Amino acid sequence: MKVLVAVKRVVDYNVNVRVKSDQTGVETTNVKMSMNPFDEIAVEEGLRLKESGSAEELIAVSIGTGQSRETIRTALAMGADRGILVETDVAVEPLGVAKLLKAIVGKESPGLIILGKQAIDDDSNQTGQMLSAMLDWSQGTFVSKLAFEDGKTRATREVDGGLETVLLEMPSVLTVDLRLNEPRYASLPNIMKAKKKPIDTMTPEDLSVDVTPRLNTLKVVEPPPRASGVMLDSVADLVDKLKNEAKVI
Amino acid sequence: MSVLLFAEHDNAELKPATLNVVTAAATLGEVTILVAGSGCSAVAEAAAKITGITKVLIADAEVYAHGLAENVTPLLVELSKDFDYLVAPATTTGKNLMPRVAALLDVAQISDITAIESGDTFVRPIYAGNAMATVQSSDPIKVITVRTTAFEAVAPEGASAAIEEISVTDDAGKSSFVGEDLTESERPELTSAKIVISGGRGMQSGDNFQMLEQIADKLGAAVGASRAAVDAGFVPNDYQVGQTGKVVAPELYIAVGISGAIQHLAGMKDSKVIVAINKDEEAPIFQIADYGLCMDLFDAMPQLSAELDK
Ligand SMILES: Cc1cc2nc3c(=O)[nH]c(=O)nc-3n(C[C@H](O)[C@H](O)[C@H](O)COP(=O)(O)OP(=O)(O)OC[C@H]3O[C@@H](n4cnc5c(N)ncnc54)[C@H](O)[C@@H]3O)c2cc1C
Ligand SMILES: Cc1cc2nc3c(=O)[nH]c(=O)nc-3n(C[C@H](O)[C@H](O)[C@H](O)COP(=O)(O)OP(=O)(O)OC[C@H]3O[C@@H](n4cnc5c(N)ncnc54)[C@H](O)[C@@H]3O)c2cc1C
Repeated sequence: MKVLVAVKRVVDYNVNVRVKSDQTGVETTNVKMSMNPFDEIAVEEGLRLKESGSAEELIAVSIGTGQSRETIRTALAMGADRGILVETDVAVEPLGVAKLLKAIVGKESPGLIILGKQAIDDDSNQTGQMLSAMLDWSQGTFVSKLAFEDGKTRATREVDGGLETVLLEMPSVLTVDLRLNEPRYASLPNIMKAKKKPIDTMTPEDLSVDVTPRLNTLKVVEPPPRASGVMLDSVADLVDKLKNEAKVI
Repeated sequence: MSVLLFAEHDNAELKPATLNVVTAAATLGEVTILVAGSGCSAVAEAAAKITGITKVLIADAEVYAHGLAENVTPLLVELSKDFDYLVAPATTTGKNLMPRVAALLDVAQISDITAIESGDTFVRPIYAGNAMATVQSSDPIKVITVRTTAFEAVAPEGASAAIEEISVTDDAGKSSFVGEDLTESERPELTSAKIVISGGRGMQSGDNFQMLEQIADKLGAAVGASRAAVDAGFVPNDYQVGQTGKVVAPELYIAVGISGAIQHLAGMKDSKVIVAINKDEEAPIFQIADYGLCMDLFDAMPQLSAELDK
């Protein structure tokens, strides 16, 4: 079985993002970029499937500008076999990303696709579900545990009430949650090896997919700041303030 | 304009999140609630009483028992012909289902909205809530998930809308429910609790969370946690507050032994009053706290518990 993982280049989670003064978005020039943390978990899971013999090949796909090639290289350095970059300057929405991934699935015929549950920049939490719908495949979202049995995927999902386990027909689309695994670091020899691994580049036009956005971002602003608070000296003081000043207990 | 609202429930009870979504939906048009489940007539009856509701549709069949997205999606797609908006709470149920529906309708989904500017323009947080984007949709039907803490709940009683049974769709045959391991608790639900007390890595163990639980019971509060506390196995995953966990906005949020990473703040910084208890005076959590207490939590918690008994 081939496994496809989708990896997105995003502003690193440690960066304190700043809204641009012209309100068109957030500052991304000279800002550290990394692979979306959930996608590292997706790559790691794909690698484990390879190592356990469940998968033969792991392909990392990214959609974005030429710089997304770096994100694919990271996946290759972790151990993915090859990469596919769909190069575009458009900030492609989840609907467009899902359509592009579907087109790639048509060429590659994977048995399983693994995505992050959400990208930490736009926080949409949509792409995997959309892709699964377009392919008419089963979906396992927010997965924290995974097993294969009798040609099916057994997925444990993190839901609001706790955990839920579902059995999915193959092929399937999975989106991974934080506690599925602990992603490995790429070793230096593997980083060197990754430089020789192939990355296929194509455009949305090559795949005959229209990625014109459906949402128009009118403005991006900072959230209202909170009024500054006070430091207190004792627990008694705190309880007094909560009772008599804030009146919340 | 007409709105179809997907009700959140467990076949027995309507979840309070639905009431907040009604507030958002009612500003867009006439609201019809869809109750899809199995043996869920009590839920439909409760939904019919919600203030501001026009109609309730009930789809009662085994295939909807566990809300499997593969099975519920065709139902929503079928019903979508009669509506301008499809809305659901941005819970794990809504997040699992609605993008699937949007994809089949070939429209973008607008995720996790916190405000409605007009019939096609919405505000949503991006970058862990460090920026608020105003987006305008050009799609003919709008598929939306709503951040429940951003909208007030409507009164659960007041109306008596008609309940209409609708025909059900087939089992998609893609997935099946195996089982669930839900956290049992007598305490209020995290996202709708008036008071939340959360513990972080500083708690050191799951056993130490009993200190928070004791205080929670005195205050009628829910207990939450940081990702670090969940990852360390102190508490189950459904306790996690933050960008990638639950978003809460109670009257009072008490953060104990939590440093205040942006991913955590994303889930609680809209709380009305924030208390931070941390032994490190440099901890970033103090920057957003209304009341800060720089103190060892193992001294502060027993004292707080005793103070509340006075
Ligand atoms: C301020 C701002 C304004 C924007 N305005 C617009 C706009 O007007 N129009 C517009 O079209 N877009 C705009 N975007 C960008 C765009 O909305 C997002 O990049 C896009 O919606 C993807 O959403 P997501 O990454 O949150 O998806 P999610 O559904 O959260 O992503 C889940 C998973 O899908 C996969 N995935 C997602 N994207 C990719 C990718 N590119 N390559 C590979 N895998 C991927 C990953 O596995 C990821 O973990 C804007 C973004 C910002 C920050
Ligand atoms: C993709 C991604 C998603 C994430 N999503 C989330 C999320 O949804 N929610 C979330 O919370 N985090 C999330 N995180 C993790 C986040 O970045 C932080 O690592 C996490 O919030 C830290 O938890 P903490 O504050 O409990 O631990 P720490 O940062 O280790 O802080 C512990 C604090 O406890 C204090 N302390 C220790 N002992 C005591 C004592 N005896 N008395 C008083 N104070 C004490 C310390 O001074 C310190 O400030 C995410 C990270 C990533 C990369």
